[in-house]
Amino acid sequence: MSLEKLELFEVFLRSKRGLDHKHAGSLHAEDKEQALEYARDVYTRRSEGVSIWVVRSNDICASQEDDSDSFFDPSDDKPYRHATYYDIPKEVGTM
Amino acid sequence: MTSSTETVSKQDIIDYSARLGDDAIVIGHRLSEWVSRAPFIEEDVALGNVALDFFGHARMYYTHAAQLSNEQNGTDDITEDDFAYLRDERQFQNHLLHELHKGDFAYTTARQLLIDVYNKYFLEQLEKSNDETLAAIAVKASKETKYHCRRSKDWTLRLGDGSSESHKRMQLALNDIWGYSHELFELDDLEQRLVDAGIAVDCTLLKADWLKEVTAIIEEATLTVPDQEWAVRGGRQGYHTEHLGHLLTEMQFVHRSFPGAKW
Amino acid sequence: MIHSVDLYSKNRIIKVVNILTTGEEMTKYNKSEAELEAIFQQKIDSEQKIEPKDWMPEAYRKNLIRQMSQHAHSEIIGMQPEGNFITRAPSLRRKTVLLSKVQDEGGHGLYLYSATETLGIERSELISALQSGQAKYASIFNYPAQTWGDMGAIGWLVDGAAIVNQVSLQRTSYGPYARGMIRICKEESFHQRQGYVIMMELAKGTPAQKQMAQDSLNRFYWPSLMMFGPHDSESAHSAKSMKWKIKRETNDDLRQKFIDQTAPQIAYLGLEHPDKDLVWNEEKGQHDSGEIDWEEFYAVINGNGHSNRQRIQHHVKAHEEGAWVRDAMSEYKQKKLQRKINAETAA
Repeated sequence: MSLEKLELFEVFLRSKRGLDHKHAGSLHAEDKEQALEYARDVYTRRSEGVSIWVVRSNDICASQEDDSDSFFDPSDDKPYRHATYYDIPKEVGTM
Repeated sequence: MTSSTETVSKQDIIDYSARLGDDAIVIGHRLSEWVSRAPFIEEDVALGNVALDFFGHARMYYTHAAQLSNEQNGTDDITEDDFAYLRDERQFQNHLLHELHKGDFAYTTARQLLIDVYNKYFLEQLEKSNDETLAAIAVKASKETKYHCRRSKDWTLRLGDGSSESHKRMQLALNDIWGYSHELFELDDLEQRLVDAGIAVDCTLLKADWLKEVTAIIEEATLTVPDQEWAVRGGRQGYHTEHLGHLLTEMQFVHRSFPGAKW
Repeated sequence: MIHSVDLYSKNRIIKVVNILTTGEEMTKYNKSEAELEAIFQQKIDSEQKIEPKDWMPEAYRKNLIRQMSQHAHSEIIGMQPEGNFITRAPSLRRKTVLLSKVQDEGGHGLYLYSATETLGIERSELISALQSGQAKYASIFNYPAQTWGDMGAIGWLVDGAAIVNQVSLQRTSYGPYARGMIRICKEESFHQRQGYVIMMELAKGTPAQKQMAQDSLNRFYWPSLMMFGPHDSESAHSAKSMKWKIKRETNDDLRQKFIDQTAPQIAYLGLEHPDKDLVWNEEKGQHDSGEIDWEEFYAVINGNGHSNRQRIQHHVKAHEEGAWVRDAMSEYKQKKLQRKINAETAA
């Protein structure tokens, strides 16, 4: 069996209860069950996680670098979405 | 573009910038009417973003007009709000397409398709304007408009090629608004002067590209480009449909109720 | 099995349970319910978060669904009173800020619905419960927004009260809820401020503007205090919610915080405090305050507010008018899928 025939999976780990799952890396496996097992072996050898998610890489739809102008730049000029845009006098306490 | 600005007055640029502001504030207003009324929450948030983009464009165009007005009059108190809130229906110069009622979601989609694709080509040209501020606004607005076009295209395909109900609604909407698209590509004397000075966009040159792109999307969506004969015009001369008066009544009411107040 | 019949969605729960019954989880599930509950409570007591696929008592799950969906519904219904003024905002700057705030509320409703869905219930079920009146939303949104001053009062007081509660909920025991709250609190930091800035402008503006600010404060102050819910002694859900650390602080404690933080803010604006009995209690280090009109509270909750029916009808109308759009999306998706299959078969 060649590696090319194995599907690529992305691995997400939750390092501690209460935290988000974070992308850790990827691996090849035959199916999702096997991917989960390999993820355990490959990515949590130093008890890095308390929970693992695996997702087929093909199932991830990602934004493109080329899109970044129209995807993300438009938010640059919206300072009013941030608290610092509004001057609040000290006398009234934190807000 | 030539670099001669001798034949145009500062007032010409103020008027031009204000009409571009009018287009943006009026369509932004219509889009903002969707807030809490969209087909599902994700779309509610997305429509809000598009409306915010148009409000942002309106503010940039009006602020430019206000600054030039202050320079011209030796004042410092004319603001963007004077343009949005203290001009009457006959003074607004937006294209009619923008002011038509909110309509259903198909109507909004069809209108956005025509406007967003238009803006894409329009802003590409405005980026080359001899007026540096207009050119800078265009660069900024262009980025957002690319995203708007993507949304409009996707929704047109989904609704046109979706259910028989959505197909019917989309075709009706296109038929209802198509006649208002022609004036997007016409120049009056003011704009002709500004085109000659390299400041305004010659929108007569945009029609071919616009029609080609819009037609391709409409046809891919299994819809038909409507009859070309019917055309309504007059927005740039302040000759509006009855929709605009109601929009301005609502938009300007609070501001005008408290003359001179700051907010 | 642990989850028997679920009030909302039996099938969905079976799905969830099936996911759970693998490997290590299986071993865990072979414990008795009492053992499982002990492990669960131990996690709670040691400040560990409960995560979606953990075993949890059915009552915990239902309590969470109730509270989280109520929170989500409040965000969504809360879009209406302020949404009502976007088209009338008196300056372009305020218009932009207000729209971005209302849009945030939609986004936050969305985060909260999604977090609730991790408990094995679908958004459509939650929305049905809202529309049928089975699920509640914050009663404050049954008050009408009548003036521009109300945009100030809502941002400052209503969001202010919500934030006091939400800051506390950042430590709630259910992981997805706690994480949602952290994100929401961060994003909402400008909501209260923009409201207060509106009030500052009005308070230092023309006499008519100042009067507008006072009127809005008068109408929204008491309802904001009611947002924290009944007194602890009257609250049906409080005790269990505290034990499970779904709620971290009691209604009365949170309300007191809000009263104390609001008093100097009212003073700064130069407005009259709506609570004539409010006095600083040096000994306790907090304000003593007048009693809330609980009759009004229950009257509004029970449907007698100015806007109860309007809010739900607005939501139902939008939802029904969007039905053909949602149908079209799924038909389009089917068509695309079918075309792909056809293309593959042909190839």
